[in-house]
Amino acid sequence: MRRAVIAFTAFLSGLVLLLLSAPAYAAAPEQSLRGTLTYQGQPVNGVKIVVTTESGQPVAEVTSNAQGTWQVPVDKPGKYKVTLDVSTLPQDTEVRGGNNVRNPTVFEGNPAAVLFALQAKGGAGPGGENDTTGQSTFWDQAAQLTFEGLNLGLIIALAALGLSLIYGTTGLTNFAHGELVTLGALLAYAFNSGIGLHLIPAALIAVILAGGLGYAQDRFFWGQLRRRGTGIIAMMIVSIGVAIFLRYLFLILFGGESQSYLQYTAQPGIQIGPISAAPKNFVAMGIELAVLVIVGLALMRTRTGKAARAVADNPALASSSGINVDRVIRIIWTMGGAIAALAGIMLGLSQNLKFTMGQDILLLIFAGVTLGGLGTAFGALVGSLIVGLFIQLSTLWVPPELKSVGALAVLIIVLLFRPQGILGRRERIG
Amino acid sequence: MDWITIISTTVKAAIGVETVWYALAAIGINIHFGYTGLLNFGQSAFLAVAGYGLAVTVTVLGLPFWVGIGVGLLSAVLLALLLGIPTLRLRADYLAIVTIAAAEIVRLVFRSVAFKDVFGGSDGRRGFSDGFYAMNPFSPGTYGFGWLSFNERVLWVLVVGWALVALSCLIVFLLMKSPWGRVLKAIREDEDAVRALGKNVFSYKMQSLILGGVIGCLGGFIYGLAYASVQPDIFGTETTFFAYTIVILGGAARVFGPVVGSMIFWVLLVLVNGVLSGAVESGLITFMDSTQVGPFRYLLVGLGLILLLVYRPQGVFGDKREMAIDAR
Repeated sequence: MRRAVIAFTAFLSGLVLLLLSAPAYAAAPEQSLRGTLTYQGQPVNGVKIVVTTESGQPVAEVTSNAQGTWQVPVDKPGKYKVTLDVSTLPQDTEVRGGNNVRNPTVFEGNPAAVLFALQAKGGAGPGGENDTTGQSTFWDQAAQLTFEGLNLGLIIALAALGLSLIYGTTGLTNFAHGELVTLGALLAYAFNSGIGLHLIPAALIAVILAGGLGYAQDRFFWGQLRRRGTGIIAMMIVSIGVAIFLRYLFLILFGGESQSYLQYTAQPGIQIGPISAAPKNFVAMGIELAVLVIVGLALMRTRTGKAARAVADNPALASSSGINVDRVIRIIWTMGGAIAALAGIMLGLSQNLKFTMGQDILLLIFAGVTLGGLGTAFGALVGSLIVGLFIQLSTLWVPPELKSVGALAVLIIVLLFRPQGILGRRERIG
Repeated sequence: MDWITIISTTVKAAIGVETVWYALAAIGINIHFGYTGLLNFGQSAFLAVAGYGLAVTVTVLGLPFWVGIGVGLLSAVLLALLLGIPTLRLRADYLAIVTIAAAEIVRLVFRSVAFKDVFGGSDGRRGFSDGFYAMNPFSPGTYGFGWLSFNERVLWVLVVGWALVALSCLIVFLLMKSPWGRVLKAIREDEDAVRALGKNVFSYKMQSLILGGVIGCLGGFIYGLAYASVQPDIFGTETTFFAYTIVILGGAARVFGPVVGSMIFWVLLVLVNGVLSGAVESGLITFMDSTQVGPFRYLLVGLGLILLLVYRPQGVFGDKREMAIDAR
């Protein structure tokens, strides 16, 4: 166990170093079509783009802005028809190849880039070599996806840590943990958009408040259930009730629409090496890593951390050696609630905010926790990073909409051969 | 408030299509969870493969209706085998996570753009129910009296649906009285003791998973036929969770528990919806608008599930000693 922890801490420190030299990845909003029009390196604005569905139903008409970019959010994944109105192009330019219609496929939750290369009218102009810029090599893609995978893995790890520790100390498989993630994101949105605070203080307040709510949840709800002697399967089903309750509470209060924070929404990406990224993701990954390292050190070094691991190992033994088990569990709930909220805020930065955002990653959190071994804190971290990396890298071969399928399938296959997970112990699976 | 409409929709809900297909899904879960103690959180996948098996066979392959039913049933058996082999040796909480993951895989594949030509993407499939309605013995018209009346199509679905519910209940009743059923209940109480008696626990669990899955998948057929379409998102995790609520509400390990549970569940849901919508429209309730009534009643479902488990885990009819809700 100790060796695994040291190895993991070293791994995390390595990641911090890596981060200092490399940027984070560009945010993926909900599914959309987008593109950038340039001619001889200059943006082309005022070009009309018409988007219709495959069957010709109109979706939207947009014009490219001063940066030459245009974007059309679409409700549903599927095939679309994108037409560039050639009469709105600058007089001396045309679309290379003459074909001004594209038929891109949009996958769920992913933007689809639509490429129109422009050239001077009447043949190959000086913009001739530009059409290679949209292509990237396999390794460039792999580097970019590794980066995105690490970012996703870190977010999952934040959420998974709390889930795993709660499982380890109380035996509760908490299906409402996804809603704790959503809670953090929506609390930050409430302070950000409702009161008008800048996102950073809003996020801080949200994390503290979520920690308090985590404490209250254990003090007034889960702790009471434990005292009544409720079985762990009953508690698991209760947690489903809590998840449904909170999810629809969020829907009533927040509405069914997607929202985004007021700050840091559309940052221009920066390109370093093969990876293109928005600066906010760079900062977000740094914060996530710092929090994970701090929590990891706290588990290793502090009295409470040691007590927490002791309770996770054997609650009865821990209790008999003088550890206040209830106090430890309460601290874990407080911390678990707070870092789940942080995960939600980070997720909200790289996607849109929605009342189902936590529910949508709950199974990935479970996959991370189970891969690492239920109840082991550091296993959850390793498992989550593997899940995040696997999900993003698998898009090299599978359509992005099916990337979660791969991760969940791997979860099932791993359980076939090593049911206790990577760092788990045999007796836990029963 | 229009009390006549509220009462008539509520009474209709007690025997309506939703009640039927949720009851079938819940009877399947009752076999898994109530009798065998298997925490199968992937029940929605059984409904999905059956509904899609029928839909794809009829619309894409152009084969007759009964072939579609056969394909649907076979897919459910196949899914049970695929799901059971890796998971049935696992402990309850692992089983729950893996089955819910498998159900999500099924849903994501059905709604994917990559397989749109086969499964129809997020719009699903429609136009496969003609063979079913061609067998309708009721001539066109309205049946019933006053406000409690159905047209011939709904009546046909309801007759077939309730016949399937009755048949499933009979099968469960007979099987659970048999030695086979006693082994299942013994597995729920103490797996190791059963193993010590020389029974093949894995095989019994697998049989239970297949039987419950096949009965549950009938719910997928009824949904598809009643609405003449299947969509992937109908068969999400919440469907499974609502079916669990129904089983616990009615009483786990009771033959009629899931049926009564489904009736109570949908009566309450429709009644709350009717009363709240009416109250909002007539201005009696001002703290929410009509779009918030829908979410609010599901919020009550969550609250109800919590309160049930805390205060009356055996539900309406169940026996607390027969609930597989303790740590083992």
